[in-house]
Amino acid sequence: MLLKNLALKTFPIGGVHPPENKLTSESEIQYLPIPVSVAIPVSQHIGAPASVIVNKDEKVKTGQVIAQSKGFVSANIHSSVSGKVSKIDTVIDTSGYKQTAVFITVEGDEWIETIDRGNEILTDINSSSEEIIKKCLESGIVGMGGATFPSHVKLTVPAGKKCDILIINGVECEPYLTSDHRLMLERGEEVLIGISIMMIALKVSRAMIGIENNKPDAVAHMTKLATAFQGITVHALKVKYPQGAEKQLIKALINREVPSGRLPLDVNTVVHNVGTAFAVYEAIQKNKPLFERVVTITGKSVSKPGNYFVRLGTPVKDLIAAAGGIPEDTGKIVSGGPMMGKALSSTDIPVVKGTSGIILFPSGESVRMESMPCIRCTKCTQACALNLEPYLLMTLSEKGLFERAQKERITDCMECGSCSYICPARRPLLDYIRLGKSTVIKMAREWVVK
Amino acid sequence: MSNLLNVSPSPHAHGKETTQKLMFGVVAALLPALFTSIFYFGWGAIIVTATSVFSCLIFEYLIQRFIFRKPITITDGSALVTGMLLAFNVPSNLPVFIIVIGSFVSIAIAKMTFGGLGNNPFNPALVGRVFMLISFPVQMTSWPVPAGFGTGYIDAVTGATPLAIIKEGLKNGESISQLVTQIPSPAQMFLGDMGGSMGEVAAVALLIGFVWLLYKKIITWHIPVSVIGSIVIFTTILWLVNPEKNANPMFHVLAGGVLLGAIFMATDYVTSPMTPKSMIIYGCGIGILTVIIRVWGAYPEGVSFAILIMNAFVPLMNLYIKPRRFGEEVKNG
Repeated sequence: MLLKNLALKTFPIGGVHPPENKLTSESEIQYLPIPVSVAIPVSQHIGAPASVIVNKDEKVKTGQVIAQSKGFVSANIHSSVSGKVSKIDTVIDTSGYKQTAVFITVEGDEWIETIDRGNEILTDINSSSEEIIKKCLESGIVGMGGATFPSHVKLTVPAGKKCDILIINGVECEPYLTSDHRLMLERGEEVLIGISIMMIALKVSRAMIGIENNKPDAVAHMTKLATAFQGITVHALKVKYPQGAEKQLIKALINREVPSGRLPLDVNTVVHNVGTAFAVYEAIQKNKPLFERVVTITGKSVSKPGNYFVRLGTPVKDLIAAAGGIPEDTGKIVSGGPMMGKALSSTDIPVVKGTSGIILFPSGESVRMESMPCIRCTKCTQACALNLEPYLLMTLSEKGLFERAQKERITDCMECGSCSYICPARRPLLDYIRLGKSTVIKMAREWVVK
Repeated sequence: MSNLLNVSPSPHAHGKETTQKLMFGVVAALLPALFTSIFYFGWGAIIVTATSVFSCLIFEYLIQRFIFRKPITITDGSALVTGMLLAFNVPSNLPVFIIVIGSFVSIAIAKMTFGGLGNNPFNPALVGRVFMLISFPVQMTSWPVPAGFGTGYIDAVTGATPLAIIKEGLKNGESISQLVTQIPSPAQMFLGDMGGSMGEVAAVALLIGFVWLLYKKIITWHIPVSVIGSIVIFTTILWLVNPEKNANPMFHVLAGGVLLGAIFMATDYVTSPMTPKSMIIYGCGIGILTVIIRVWGAYPEGVSFAILIMNAFVPLMNLYIKPRRFGEEVKNG
């Protein structure tokens, strides 16, 4: 077993192995009851926010477009419930900022007629590349791994570029989260059809699914199912964080290195998440736009942790209530994984397209320890998957030496948090690196403007 | 639940490693050598170690309390490690007052004047050791002959170290083959049955510590392997050129402070480089300087000087020797 694990593929530089805590890997996905009201933000993706096209008091149906995408890098927003628009107002989003949202009071659950609500799995794909991309755009599909980049953009290979392989991210390297894991186990066939659809869109003949070996059931299940699909292979990967990072996954699977500041397309590949593959399946085969997703609700003190299909816009507190309510000792609520997730300031924050999980941390794990002087132990430089020197980047940012920080490639940092995680002196490395990184990016923009 | 939630940037998880755990890991790695030392040198080893550790802790406490006026952090284990390493680098019959002076130089001058933990450019224990060596050359170079618990403390029977025997002998025109009868056998040297600084004698105990440090991931292999490797390569060349004037590589590695230096002193976090490439250059520098001092220098032993000299290059190396970043494009021409 140990030897087998050693022989597994992984990315070569850096990485850490936080405790996995996958408490909900055995919990079947359930449907969360439809809430009494939802708040659907108009910006649930990277790019321009969508513009609202419904008015107050207007009746909407489940799946109806309520905000139209603006520009190429943007995405449609659909109503996740049927009912009446109660107001168009601001809501605090996952990042803690105020943004426009459509508030809908739920009345029944009437779906738009075009959605195929049957349970039958539709295997035959009758769409062309252009049709698929158009449909993804209309259906508001974005990257479901958490980055929420509009999928139609990533499925469009620009002129002059080529793509020869599609990589599917089933790594789920963040501790606690199991939404992709359960999706592969319970909707494996749909995921594979979704992958085939994306292969047609990208005009590639090969797709590789990378799954970390802490999910042997998913590896076995997907490997078995994939035999019926042309060109799709499944690969078990050694458990190491941040393997789910696009560039690390590409390196691990096909040993191509995406150059600094460039995209996977520069090494002729595109990466999509298994959740996205599932959403693509539903959009193309079932005509169902993206208005619900799988969310893991978990935490060591949570009485009934689980995985749920949640309508977007549902407040986090409804999800917590389904998991048995807020435990007495809760000190922090995080949306996403413990390594890269965002701490929520309120339980009224709605679930959005990028919400892969909600984790409730007991107060003992919610407060940072006091930081001590750097002893130059080199643990952060060893942990950095990009071979940066976090200790140096932190010091440079702290001292305001941003030009040097830029030379030391601070903008390469993907903010995976491995350095802060491993630091024995508990130094807030990533906090300062973020500061330096955003300052350097701002400086670069100003320089371009001049 | 309280009504307020904690909100902070990611990551929200933290590893179990702490500065204190790392330091105590080093202390644990030093224990086999401490035990063999007590086995060979008896009470002297205990008195020297206790004095050194105690005075290092006291000096750090006093400076933090009365000069820095900041929270006391002597429990972080760093002064404890310095104290132990300082003791390991001196003869087991060293008078208490000299050890206290050495501890003062280590902690007060080499460490705290630069701002305390994490800021000192030179290895504190070695600064203290070299200060004592230059200030008290007689006491610092009279080495008790190992005689177990029978070894006295101040009144211990002393003798020369194997390195000093070779150095003196060669100076007097004797050849290695004539001197070989006067030095301990390789097996004795491996087990530590020879004169020398109290912590450096037993190769086997130091190697056990090395395995522990690697197993606990406290250090990486780069520095120790490059120090020892470069010494082996360099002395092999000299030995092959003239085996009558140069000792063999095994002798060079087992005698003196090479193993203690390579495993515990050169790997000191604060004063060693930050990336693997620099670590190897740093380690090779120490190895080469050690051999140069041993073979052509005035002192029979050169590990301490070599490490201190290379310490001085560490900031430069950190500044100019950069690892290849992920996704860094190879420059063409």
